[in-house]
Amino acid sequence: MSPIVQSLCRFYHSSIGKKIIVAVTGLGLMGFILGHLLGNLQIFLGPDTINTYAKKLHDLGLLLWVVRLGLLAMVAAHIVFTIQLTRENRTARKQKYALDGTRKATKASVIMIWSGVTILVFIIYHLMHFTITRTNGYYDPAVSRYWLPDGSHNVYNMMIDGFRVWYVSAFYILGMFLLCSHLSHGFASVFQTLGLATPRLRRPIHVASLIFAWGVFAGNVSIPLAILSGLKS
Amino acid sequence: MAVSQSSLNLTLKIWRQAGPDQPGRFDTHEAKGIPDSASFLEMLDIVNEGIITKGGDPVVFDHDCREGICGTCSMVINGMPHGPKRGVTTCQLHMRSFRNGDTIWIEPWRAKAFPVIRDLAVDRNAFERIQQAGGYITVRTGSAPEANSVPVPKDDADASFAAAACIGCGACVAACPNASAMLFTAAKLSHFNLLPQGKPEADKRTLAMVRTMDEQGFGNCTNHYECEAYCPKLISVETIRQMNRDYRNASARETAGV
Amino acid sequence: MISEVHDSPTHPGRVSDTPPDGSPTHVPLAQKWTTHKAESKLINPANRRKYTVIVVGSGLAGAAAAATLSEQGYNVKCFCYQDSPRRAHSIAAQGGINAAKNYQNDGDSVHRLFYDTIKGGDFRARESNVHRLAEVSVQIIDQCVAQGVPFAREYGGLLANRSFGGTQVSRTFYAAGQTGQQLLLGAYAALNKEIHQGLVKMYSRTEMLDLVVVDGHAKGIVVRDMVTGKISTHAGDAVLLCTGGYGNVFYLSTNAKGCNVTATWRAHKRGAWFANPCYTQIHPTCIPVSGDYQSKLTLMSESLRNDGRCWVPKRKEDCGKPPASIPEEDRDYYLERKYPSFGNLAPRDIASRAAKEQCDDGRGVGPGGLGVYLDFADAIKRLSEGKIRERYGNLFEMYEQITGENAYKQPMRIYPAVHYTMGGLWVDYNLMSNIPGLHVLGEANFSDHGANRLGASALMQGLADGYFIIPATLPNYLAGQKPGQFTSEGPEFRAAEESARERTRRLLSINGNRSVASFHRELGLLIWDKCGMARTREGLAEALKKIPDLREQFWKNVRVPGSGDSFNQELEMAGRVADFLEFGELLCLDAHTRDESCGGHFRMEHQVEGEADRDDANFSYVSAWEYTGDPGKSKLRKEWLDYEVVHFSTRSYK
Repeated sequence: MSPIVQSLCRFYHSSIGKKIIVAVTGLGLMGFILGHLLGNLQIFLGPDTINTYAKKLHDLGLLLWVVRLGLLAMVAAHIVFTIQLTRENRTARKQKYALDGTRKATKASVIMIWSGVTILVFIIYHLMHFTITRTNGYYDPAVSRYWLPDGSHNVYNMMIDGFRVWYVSAFYILGMFLLCSHLSHGFASVFQTLGLATPRLRRPIHVASLIFAWGVFAGNVSIPLAILSGLKS
Repeated sequence: MAVSQSSLNLTLKIWRQAGPDQPGRFDTHEAKGIPDSASFLEMLDIVNEGIITKGGDPVVFDHDCREGICGTCSMVINGMPHGPKRGVTTCQLHMRSFRNGDTIWIEPWRAKAFPVIRDLAVDRNAFERIQQAGGYITVRTGSAPEANSVPVPKDDADASFAAAACIGCGACVAACPNASAMLFTAAKLSHFNLLPQGKPEADKRTLAMVRTMDEQGFGNCTNHYECEAYCPKLISVETIRQMNRDYRNASARETAGV
Repeated sequence: MISEVHDSPTHPGRVSDTPPDGSPTHVPLAQKWTTHKAESKLINPANRRKYTVIVVGSGLAGAAAAATLSEQGYNVKCFCYQDSPRRAHSIAAQGGINAAKNYQNDGDSVHRLFYDTIKGGDFRARESNVHRLAEVSVQIIDQCVAQGVPFAREYGGLLANRSFGGTQVSRTFYAAGQTGQQLLLGAYAALNKEIHQGLVKMYSRTEMLDLVVVDGHAKGIVVRDMVTGKISTHAGDAVLLCTGGYGNVFYLSTNAKGCNVTATWRAHKRGAWFANPCYTQIHPTCIPVSGDYQSKLTLMSESLRNDGRCWVPKRKEDCGKPPASIPEEDRDYYLERKYPSFGNLAPRDIASRAAKEQCDDGRGVGPGGLGVYLDFADAIKRLSEGKIRERYGNLFEMYEQITGENAYKQPMRIYPAVHYTMGGLWVDYNLMSNIPGLHVLGEANFSDHGANRLGASALMQGLADGYFIIPATLPNYLAGQKPGQFTSEGPEFRAAEESARERTRRLLSINGNRSVASFHRELGLLIWDKCGMARTREGLAEALKKIPDLREQFWKNVRVPGSGDSFNQELEMAGRVADFLEFGELLCLDAHTRDESCGGHFRMEHQVEGEADRDDANFSYVSAWEYTGDPGKSKLRKEWLDYEVVHFSTRSYK
């Protein structure tokens, strides 16, 4: 094995190496979450804006696939390394304590693996719902309200109809809440794991973490709420 | 100025385990008339004295200096490593922190890397191996330069000292939901890596100690910071940040061969 | 075994029945160490690996010696009873370490440190050893800094100093209130470096039970693995005992619970002379006893006396009042009154006795009237609470943990407690005992502190012995030895191992109805009472009568539960207490024989206005006791102390 490969292998196998990979992929995914949110919020600017935006994304063609595969890789790495770390953590303490003495750990930090798993399920559902499957006849050429004259999707109408179903919105809101929980710990953790959260920055990072997590929650949830309440139709 | 003294009657649920491979269980012991000015270990002394006179086997627990510096005592009290008071070891915990009639659960540190030897005593040799891997500055006795020839900025010296205050008790591992030893390892690394004397070997030390830590069967840090909350010497997770940074840089330099 | 008789040059007509200390006699004091090193034997680096050195104890002296000898190429085996060498009780030293660096430009020098130490020791230490200690002190600081010991520093990045009792210069280096831990971590790191390379084999949770002597030479030890209970022997070419002091003979002391006299006592029973056992140090600033369940005493660094003022109420009837309600004019700042030039920084023995005096006078405060105030109100007014917190924060916290009182708001209560023992096995200038091959380092030997040790000197001595002295002097013995001459299969090894096993069996078979701790407590109380801060002829005679009785009861009625082949803490304690029960008698015998007062040994019959009244004409000797089979009938050998540079004077700190 060349020394370079050997060093890299040791890095991947080490606890901190794995943590860094989880942190870096987490950072990338947070970037995606922010972009996704900003895109979706354009619903409030009217059908034309969001539909044009969606068409622009679609027209990226190959580049879109590069981004999609990149995202997929990040999600996969984030999950694989998290599972490895979690399994090691579980075996590191077989016998539990009689009483729980948690003093500082937040609920969000303790349930990271569960919020993560739920988010994964949510993402699969979300992709099936809007990108892959044909629920609501989104991809049926005969349903004209989901198509624009130039042949691209009427994303605006797809969102309105999707979120009008109360249980779809409810699951979405639950998913967003767990994402918020995941981010509230994950955002600050990234900076600690990457060695950037200096004592002076720790407080601002913590605040930014909460703003980011709740901002993502509020932004994303505002859409189904607006639709359910009839503000958007 | 009289010191108020009252006494407590307590029910103790103590973990008893004959050996590393034996099953363990909680036994109930009554502790009667314990003075509230006694230390927690003195309370156990009183209980043990009672067990011995009744012909039983006393509870085995590690202890030595009984002034909070040797890091020997190690027990989880009601789910809390070193008990309910912050910034103290078990030996410095006094019974005035408890109330008459309390039930107290007493267990050993629980971690795969710290096998129970007997009752409340665990084997912490994993810590030894981590330190042996690189917890030093290679200096041969007699070859040291004049002490004041290298000025050390006061802030660096103070930060190094704050990390070096670690007493190696293992409460960080016991407190961590993942039984991770990162606060311990990070404290040892920061002690040396922050000083100019420790810089020449910093990369080598960081890689060696982190890798040895990984081999011991500890879990991984997931930034719960329970370690910091239970450290009797209040070592900050800032040391873990420094270790993460140093390991990241050392790995990069090792890969690139610089 | 060495046994020579020689005339004392400065005590005409006096004959020492110990051999000369072996320091060069043809050069002035200040050149002795340099000359001795130059004249010492050497061992070829290629041959050093063939020699095995056994180091017992891993505190400052042991860890430093093991690491340094290993660096030089010797094969080293190191043993400690703790689960990690880092936990040895050197770790608990708080205040600092002295060194004649004169960084403060306040007139310090090697000679002044030497002189302060001799005077502090009340003229009962060897000049040659003490001068060497002062010389080496300077190198220790260099070594520790290079190892990464995070000493306190000034803003400019250079090392800071503080002052300490018994001196008028600032020569103490420190790391907050944790100097012992930081220095030990330095030595421990050096040891780890050698362990990692496979050059030192470390045996933790392993207790020495006996010394193996072959043809009059120390060639091995018997140990017990405290986890498995296995008793075995280890052979070596030399044995180094770095096993600390015997303060736990008092039961309550500031020592760790595990500290014991077993290693040195067993060596004594194998022929090593025990020197000056009656020199015990009582530390003035400890937290008072609060009840009879108490298992140990906690010391707070003497450095507190830099800013704290000791006082008691002038009137007995004020003793129960809250201290804040006692006006300035009704307080007796007794140290400042009695010792105006040293004030609150009077040496330990003097400060301790002064506190006892006030309490004996009925003016003590706190439970049982056994305490005096150490008041920081003035310092807080002068410097601010923040500054005091920065200097002593951890000590104030510790005080609050134990007493539940906030010393920023009300004065601390302190009382003296046994802290350090100056006596120990007799050694020569090479740190070798009278048994060839048996070397004794640190607190375990008797050599440097005389009748009283100055603050911040114990760390200095442990490290001096380990890092710099033994590596230079050990070859003087080893060079004459064929390496690996004896193995642990030899008959002496078998016999020693069997006798250790038999003793364990005996302890387990008594099956009486008293716990080990109850005997220890009773012994401790008796010795504290009769051989503590103040001793009398009658009291000592009484103790000498009672101790053998207690010992007899112990062997009839102690209850040691469990078995020998498992982790059995009661068995460990039983073995140690059995040795304390023998050693305690020698301690009292030495105190009884030394019919004078000096340093930590205060005989009520010998005082002038409450101060120790030394009798230099008759007692300026080291008492080296030889075991004869009964500790009460030990044979006294005298090493007359020849002062060539320092002149006897009354130790005055007024």
